[in-house]
Amino acid sequence: MPTVSMTVNGKPVSGEVEARTLLVQFLRDQLRLTGTHVGCDTSQCGACVVHIDGESAKSCTMLALQADGAAVTTIEGLADGETLHPMQEAFRNNHGLQCGFCTPGMVMSAIDLVKKNPKASETEIREWLEGNICRCTGYHNIVKSIQEAAGNMGG
Amino acid sequence: MHDFNYQKAGSVADAVSALKAADDGTVMAGGMTLLPTLKQRLAAPSDVIDLAGASGLSGISVSGGVTIGAMTTHAAVAGSTDVKGALPALAGLAEGIGDPQVRNRGTIGGSIANNDPAADYPAACLALGATIKTDRREIAADDFFNGLFETALAEDEVITAVSFPTAEKAVYIKFPNPASRYALVGVFVAKTAAGVRVAVTGAGDSGVFRASALEQALSSNFSASALNGVAVSADGLMSDIHASAEYRAHLITTMAKRAVTAVS
Repeated sequence: MPTVSMTVNGKPVSGEVEARTLLVQFLRDQLRLTGTHVGCDTSQCGACVVHIDGESAKSCTMLALQADGAAVTTIEGLADGETLHPMQEAFRNNHGLQCGFCTPGMVMSAIDLVKKNPKASETEIREWLEGNICRCTGYHNIVKSIQEAAGNMGG
Repeated sequence: MHDFNYQKAGSVADAVSALKAADDGTVMAGGMTLLPTLKQRLAAPSDVIDLAGASGLSGISVSGGVTIGAMTTHAAVAGSTDVKGALPALAGLAEGIGDPQVRNRGTIGGSIANNDPAADYPAACLALGATIKTDRREIAADDFFNGLFETALAEDEVITAVSFPTAEKAVYIKFPNPASRYALVGVFVAKTAAGVRVAVTGAGDSGVFRASALEQALSSNFSASALNGVAVSADGLMSDIHASAEYRAHLITTMAKRAVTAVS
């Protein structure tokens, strides 16, 4: 089987995978990083969003081998010890999650937005979240969380 | 998904040789359509040849027209100040594809090679009279799109870039399916040196096509009112649970009017 090597949350990792192994399967099943979720498995819901070399991507629609050599960041790589990332903290402060299933993807997607558009308007935030579905329909507080985090991230 | 041999091509020439050598190989650009297709087992290639590491396939250059490397992502086109300056309609089209994560990985070459009947880029290529450049030749958009998921590409041919001439006026407007956000009807209107061209995606039974009745009406009078009473035939349009052929026909004229109004 092919071997894949990448950096995940700052640590070099490698493993043997089938060519058809998805990145999200490698992260969850082999690295046991189960914070990245599989919701729809059809690139629509965004629960599986991670960062590949700083860009948000759906890890259910990427082969593990496509991430060979890349720097991958998952939800587990955001907090600094006990200190949450400002986006995580803002989701906590604003009740930005209900069941929590979509939250890892929401947080990873939102960080990419704030990096690219630190002063995103409410409309721009809602448009950006097109690829992230919250089946609790808790979008209002998710948007509030992202607005607060953008301020705290220096936007 | 069935398993396959995964290969990384270091160059376009590598990809072409790998395709020739494979029993039933396919190239992968961003994988935004290919991977869902493989997951559903709608395709089972023996080899998937990844173009991500192939040199010289990404980038945008503007001199007269706009040339976009095949592996350039939708996000790169949408965010390019060069494209926004020379062909803002094209940047706007790219910004409207999928969602941010799909735009971060999906590419123009992949979109065009796949020729999904609801894809956005084929409409831009056809309306603007783009030239599709491959490892071995240049193909006019008029000769490139050959029906549902079919193109003029040979089995072992790889797109390297797409060149768009600029236009006096150009605009793309789509009516997205409320759930999937794919174009139920998308209309690209361009007023070019070669005349007015109107390309329609999302609606045709055989994929993207030019709406000649609308082109004729707009050629003599480039205004939305010139399209009053100009009907597009429902023959050859798709009918599905989302919209009947008649409704799509109606939407084509309506979207074309909105497009012309937007640039008038």
